[in-house]
Amino acid sequence: MPEPSTPPVVEQTVLLYAPGKKIYAKATRGWFNNWRWFFVFITQAVYYLTPWLSWNDRQAVLFDLEARRFYIFDLLLVPQDFIYLTALLLLSAFGLFLFTAVAGRLFCGYACPQTVYTEIFMQIERWIEGDRHVRMRRDKELSLLARLPRRGLKLFVWVLVALWTGFTFAGYFTPIHELGQGVLSASLGFWQWFWMLFYSFFTLLQAGFMREQVCKYMCPYARFQSAMFDPDTLIVSYDESRGEPRGKRSRAEDHTASGKGDCIDCGVCVEVCPTGIDIRDGLQYECIGCGLCADACNQIMDRMHYPQGLVRYTTLNALDGVVQEADIRRRFLRPRVLIYTSILLVISAVVFTSLLNRSPLTVNVIRDRGALAREVEGQFIENVYRLQITNKSHEAKRLIIEGNGLPELESSGKTRLTVDPSANVTAIVDLRIPISIAESLDKGSHKILLQVRSEDDPDLVINEKAAFFVPR
Amino acid sequence: MADFTTEFWNLFVIVGVLVSILACGVFLYFLSRKKINPGAVQTTGHTWDEDLAEFDNPLPRWWMILFYLTIVFALLYLALFPGLGNSQGSLGWSSKDQYEREIAKADARYGPIYAKFAAMSVEDTAQQPEAMAIGQRLFVNNCAQCHGTDARGAKGFPNLADNDWTWGGSGDAIKTAVLEGRQGIMPPMAAAVGSPADVENVAHYVLSLSGSAHDSIKASLGSTKFAACAACHGANGDGGPAMGAPRLNDKIWVYGGTAKAIVETINNGRHGVMPAWKDILGEEKSHLVAAYVYSLTAKPKAVASSQ
Repeated sequence: MPEPSTPPVVEQTVLLYAPGKKIYAKATRGWFNNWRWFFVFITQAVYYLTPWLSWNDRQAVLFDLEARRFYIFDLLLVPQDFIYLTALLLLSAFGLFLFTAVAGRLFCGYACPQTVYTEIFMQIERWIEGDRHVRMRRDKELSLLARLPRRGLKLFVWVLVALWTGFTFAGYFTPIHELGQGVLSASLGFWQWFWMLFYSFFTLLQAGFMREQVCKYMCPYARFQSAMFDPDTLIVSYDESRGEPRGKRSRAEDHTASGKGDCIDCGVCVEVCPTGIDIRDGLQYECIGCGLCADACNQIMDRMHYPQGLVRYTTLNALDGVVQEADIRRRFLRPRVLIYTSILLVISAVVFTSLLNRSPLTVNVIRDRGALAREVEGQFIENVYRLQITNKSHEAKRLIIEGNGLPELESSGKTRLTVDPSANVTAIVDLRIPISIAESLDKGSHKILLQVRSEDDPDLVINEKAAFFVPR
Repeated sequence: MADFTTEFWNLFVIVGVLVSILACGVFLYFLSRKKINPGAVQTTGHTWDEDLAEFDNPLPRWWMILFYLTIVFALLYLALFPGLGNSQGSLGWSSKDQYEREIAKADARYGPIYAKFAAMSVEDTAQQPEAMAIGQRLFVNNCAQCHGTDARGAKGFPNLADNDWTWGGSGDAIKTAVLEGRQGIMPPMAAAVGSPADVENVAHYVLSLSGSAHDSIKASLGSTKFAACAACHGANGDGGPAMGAPRLNDKIWVYGGTAKAIVETINNGRHGVMPAWKDILGEEKSHLVAAYVYSLTAKPKAVASSQ
């Protein structure tokens, strides 16, 4: 019940969907910025250069969706190898959990494609339109017409980068040399154009216009970071105990004597933030952990002759005094981290061994079910099998097929064949046993093995389980 | 063609769809505004665990714009495609048309390949490697369930890879079998033959014709009774392709070559069915399959005798 002496509160109607605040991120220099750009160069060097590499007369990394063959340097993967994609996802997931538990949103700040392309596009914007204060001034003072030439140039460069990115992306699925020639001679099909332009358009949209909106509203990582962090996770933090109370002061002033903290309230940490937050408010879901606020603040600290690190990577436990700063590293060996590390090592070892021991052949056996078993000329009981053999190596293989597992089991049909590299062959094979032996066996299904072995390499042997059916 | 039995349901659907879509817009408009006390911290109003609350921060405006765009898209879609009751939409799309267009496209693409082979005889088609590859795939998909992947048959389903053809082994005879099917009917002949002992004797006589193991006494007793069989199967058991009577003087048996099996055949008759594939595969594919089967047995014709 409002007291009679307070004035009535005036309610406002607000829109629950607010137009976004435009963010003019300022450029900064420093240790974290250097790491950020290092990762931009590394990831993009790999991304843009890889499709141009050759291996054995073909593109080194090529995902040929139409022929259902994935080439990664010497490795040829067929659809039956889908389990490796699962393994890759498991490795990525546990790797993510591990380094997020240790040092927060490293992926977001340094390696995520969204952050990398936004960095590139923002840098292009700074080169052409100027840094933060220049852009803010121009936006306020100049008319749209006056700003158009610079904006147009920026957009043009953005479109070029986006197109090259889309072209490269398509080059992972269609040999990039062919793609290039197709573009130049205008002889590409509808779908190739579609995918290149689709990817280019979204690169332009996400990196040029959406930027931090992706991180804030679309990406789930921000929302479940609280499940992956714990009080020992290194996060970019403002040291409140050191910085507060914040306030302006003169250079010559002894701030400790006048009761002020190290924070001079310059707002530089807010100006450089790509997501537009104030790190002094504490850990927030918008913070992508890029560390640029730390760089900016450190520069200010240097100029004020204060020690660096007012905004730094530290843990909640260290800020609360539960753990000493010097002991932060020791906390890396806590159960959560050790368990993630072990799981990661185990999965890596399993995948690695599996890939090393991978047979160059895939053999699938389909036995006839319509004609389960037949009697041949009163002398044999015969079953028919169809084998699909895929050659995942780079040389043609000469193979012999044989059935084993029942007395006097004979094989006939296509028992000798050659399979070309990355091709598959169907072989129809009949296995038979004499009627006298069949009569002594139980009626019904018997386990047998179909063996496929290489004529040239005695170590290459594959045994596939199958069943031999004795009728009546 | 009306989808509904009465006009009422047509209107019901139209009204329901339009009202729902417009209602989404109306809800969006009214629910996107809220009265607040300025200056107060905006929370959603719920608290959990004594003091845990959730901020009620505004969502980006482009989300709301996208919502309105989906409404526009929905209305546009319904104008162009079926959805408003009986309306076909201004593009006149139907799934039946789409199916027919896809069939036409497939025919245009694959038709010439089939036509090329359909113009040749079955025997010539059997020499073409591309035709044989197509033929093998068709065979494995359609014929192998009964005749086996290797075409060597099973009990009741003839071996297509041997030289023994009940109805004739020329390319055209095989193609007719595929297109029109066959009815392999042997009537029960026990009454015509005589007593069960007679049936047993005839069975042994039949076995003797191919030189298989048999009881010679029974065979000689049965030779006179064979006249009942010779009418269809020929005097020496050479077979009667005109009516599909198999050759009895070889060691190839569709239903089994033991004395017991032959007695059963005589007593109960047989009725083998080869389905007609004309309406299922069509002329051109049947031609290729027939050529493939012909190629499995295109050895020089030796008169039956067995291995």
